[in-house]
Amino acid sequence: MLVSNLELVPGKRVTAHFGIVQGSTVRAKHVGKDIFAGLKNIVGGELKGYTELMQEAREESIQRMIAEAESMGANAILNVRFATTSIAAGAAEILAYGSAVRLEDI
Amino acid sequence: MLDLIQIGIFLALLAIGYFAGSIVERRHYASIRQRERAYADVLAFMVRFPPDRVTPQRAFLVHGTVVVSSDYFKTFVASLRNLFGGRFRSYETLMERARREALLRLKADARRRGAKLVVCVRFETTTISSGWAPSMEVFAYGTALIPEGEAGAQSSGRSRLLGDGYARYAQPGP
Repeated sequence: MLVSNLELVPGKRVTAHFGIVQGSTVRAKHVGKDIFAGLKNIVGGELKGYTELMQEAREESIQRMIAEAESMGANAILNVRFATTSIAAGAAEILAYGSAVRLEDI
Repeated sequence: MLDLIQIGIFLALLAIGYFAGSIVERRHYASIRQRERAYADVLAFMVRFPPDRVTPQRAFLVHGTVVVSSDYFKTFVASLRNLFGGRFRSYETLMERARREALLRLKADARRRGAKLVVCVRFETTTISSGWAPSMEVFAYGTALIPEGEAGAQSSGRSRLLGDGYARYAQPGP
């Protein structure tokens, strides 16, 4: 599965469109990590626990998007975009969406 | 007495925030500058379309993310600054560090997977928590391109969009 945020892929052409596919996940902060983050807030800098959390969440949303595209019979997702929304204090939705297409070599 | 202890704790946190925070910031900047030189051969562009639309290339998504937090001192200064308005210099450096770090991680991801060109780079910023301890996530993503076999090297002369930069990317290695 080719995943890209380009509108076209060099050397390939789009032969079929399957519409928008999306994958999302809602994540909440971990209490332990939150306490640590609270301490880290005194000195500042990177919050590694949260970075990992966000990284995992992004990867999961990409995987879910890919699963949806596969079920449609697509072999690529183009024009991928990301969006994040905080739903409540400490919970966020991470969304990935794009166009499922079939690509063929020119 | 209790008030004195509270003021003491506040001043201590302020001092820790100031000294530890500036050490963290200085180290981070040093590390960013050092890695920016190390990743100078991985090119990242905002362009919407690949420089060469014809030659077959392997394309895949690469990304880098970082969550940064303000320190106690910066937060305190910012709350004072809120009364008068103006530039939040301490937050400007925080966000700048986060952006450069996210871009560096994107480049690291690209190099790890064998790519030396990333196009269509986009940034996204999310507030993780606000209030007394603001922390922000900066996410950078883009499409890495790897020319397939000989085709990439041949095409370097044809591309006028990126000129020299593209020729460098077509070279086999650093």
